[in-house]
Amino acid sequence: MKIDSICNGIVLDHIEAGKAMRICAALGLESLDCTVAIIKNVKSEKMGRKDLIKIDEMIDLDLNALGFIDPNITINVIREGQLSEKKKLRLPRELFNIVRCKNPRCITTVEQEADQIFCLVSENPPLYRCAYCDAAYHGK
Amino acid sequence: MAVPELRHLIDIKDLSLDEIDTLLALGDDIIARPADYQDAAKRKKLATLFYEPSTRTRLSFEAAMLELGGSVLGFSSQDSSSATKGESVADTIRTVQCYADIIALRHPKEGAPVVAARHAAVPVINAGDGGHNHPTQTLTDLMTIRRELGTLEGLTIGLCGDLKFGRTVHSLIAAMVRYPGTRFVLVSPRELRAPDYVLEEIRRGGCACEESHTMEAVVPVLDVLYMTRVQRERFFNEAVYVRLKDSFILDVPKLAHAKKDMIVMHPLPRVNEMSVRVDENPHARYFVQALYGKYIRMALILKLLGRWGA
Repeated sequence: MKIDSICNGIVLDHIEAGKAMRICAALGLESLDCTVAIIKNVKSEKMGRKDLIKIDEMIDLDLNALGFIDPNITINVIREGQLSEKKKLRLPRELFNIVRCKNPRCITTVEQEADQIFCLVSENPPLYRCAYCDAAYHGK
Repeated sequence: MAVPELRHLIDIKDLSLDEIDTLLALGDDIIARPADYQDAAKRKKLATLFYEPSTRTRLSFEAAMLELGGSVLGFSSQDSSSATKGESVADTIRTVQCYADIIALRHPKEGAPVVAARHAAVPVINAGDGGHNHPTQTLTDLMTIRRELGTLEGLTIGLCGDLKFGRTVHSLIAAMVRYPGTRFVLVSPRELRAPDYVLEEIRRGGCACEESHTMEAVVPVLDVLYMTRVQRERFFNEAVYVRLKDSFILDVPKLAHAKKDMIVMHPLPRVNEMSVRVDENPHARYFVQALYGKYIRMALILKLLGRWGA
């Protein structure tokens, strides 16, 4: 299968196989006008199988959302057909309006438009806690 | 001169150990020299916004403010506020801060005081949020332990009853893990074990902790026995409450092998988890604990009104 290489844009590499569509939705890629290639189940020496996303435009990425979905993603920034920058992600310290608290006793279940905030308390294994009620979120 | 930052008290961890020490020392000074503080909050107003019933917490806040020469306004049930019309906590706080210099908030939903603090231009005190936290009860507990036992270090604290929904237990553990040499003994039915984030806090603090399903076996090693009520209002299923409510009942014979100086505390109200016969027992401290609650809240109000550090 041949996918054209991009001139100015972003390649998200080393995505855990099966997560590409979730990333696509989280980053709103389906609403872009440019070419977006979503490649699933690519053979990888390191990972066995991986997903890959190519975006043929420089866009602002929500690194928090991306790091939360898969902190092992590599972001390759392509300028004039050349790799100009490589970024590794980390688990974000804070998740702002990315996940909803599921604790029925939490104030966010009733307070109008309260921001959903989760704070990272442990990286390995990943563990977030609701900034309001301390409910755990394990990132799954 | 820089304006000291606005401070709230949402979680006991918002206070450093030095700040807790400062509050406890101020509380001691208020007890020793009450006349010196009778006008300390003159012309200031405290709003007590209680969306849940309360006796001790609300009245001790109000008594504290009145003894400081200030005044009090507010409501004592959700039904007597615009919450019944669906008003949010954020809007209530933005309104009340127009009329008061400091706010004490009790709410059945966990994290409501965080929402309040995010929208407030005056200090907000968490007076209990659901089964989550109750930091001013913890300050009360620390003051009681320090005044009655002379130290907060090297103590074995037994916590008994509803450790799952007992917000006073969660906040007390969060405070005591920071004092060197603390050991915890947790006594509860399996269904009412402390939540994992509380157990995690104990592990992170490096404190020794043992869990037990009988009270008698652990009483002899304790310096403090902290009793709690099984909280009917937190159960979605009444049958589960009925099955668990009588799990642990403290009576005088169970105290027979306690250390001489061991103290029995309880945040109150009690239902039937503690016999009234214990009230006259020399180990009992829960009514003096309620009294200390007023003094430590006086200290807290003064510190927060003075924009801490001023």
